[in-house]
Amino acid sequence: MKTVNEMLAADSSHKEWIPLLELATREVFEMMLGCKLAQPEIAVDGSFDITAMVGLAGQMCGVLTVRCAAKSATHMASKILGMAPAEGSQDVLDALGEICNMVAGNFKNKVAGMGDGCMLSVPTVITGNDYSLHSLADSGALEVRLLFESMPIAITLQIHS
Amino acid sequence: MNSIRALIIDDSSVMRKIVERSLRQAGIELTQVFEAGNGAEALGVLKQTQVDLILCDINMPVMDGLEFIKQLPGVANAKGVPVVMITTEGSESHVVQALSCGARGYIRKPFTPEQVREQVMPVLGGKA
Repeated sequence: MKTVNEMLAADSSHKEWIPLLELATREVFEMMLGCKLAQPEIAVDGSFDITAMVGLAGQMCGVLTVRCAAKSATHMASKILGMAPAEGSQDVLDALGEICNMVAGNFKNKVAGMGDGCMLSVPTVITGNDYSLHSLADSGALEVRLLFESMPIAITLQIHS
Repeated sequence: MNSIRALIIDDSSVMRKIVERSLRQAGIELTQVFEAGNGAEALGVLKQTQVDLILCDINMPVMDGLEFIKQLPGVANAKGVPVVMITTEGSESHVVQALSCGARGYIRKPFTPEQVREQVMPVLGGKA
């Protein structure tokens, strides 16, 4: 397995991290929510009105976001908590934040050398979709789109090298 | 199987709920569950009550999980109570550091109920 620095030097777009990002996401959903994410057969474009984000700082700097519809987030929260929270409730927002945090942590632990050298911020959750996100990312974004119980979710990693 | 009293320490209230659910899914019967948002709060809880198991996050404000374990021997109620860390920090150095501070087990997020059972049952010494 290559180290972070080797990967950063070899490929400024970091496309080889996409499978790690997908695997990190799939593991969180399988282990914590008990469900398998599906690969969309066609390009999926969903109405994402909830965004959870976690910052990464240290050996790698960037922002990881998980975006989905409010209905999806409520369903994720019910799966991970074993109860039925109200749509838009604090439990739903916090649960999505924790899912994003675990995806980010699981991803960094899969990249050799990043486990110790990269810290995560506390999660932030934005509701609504009328916003633009500007970060210092200068290496483009890696994005994975998957289906959670037939509903699209988008996992994006923006990297500031 | 006996029921146990557990203390769950995490700065996220929703993660405390998730950990409690995972313990129950792992087949561990819980008589009572206490919660704390950081290590300092947990030390306060332990001055008031006795528990059989402590599950603790590492990265928390005010007092983190490693500092909490270091201070645990000074709490009379906590003598011999096993601590299992549950954290996103999954590197070997974090595991070694936690175990050298006195943790008896280490669970990396994400985790399954089976992994919780594997880490928790041995440290309970037949209590559950």
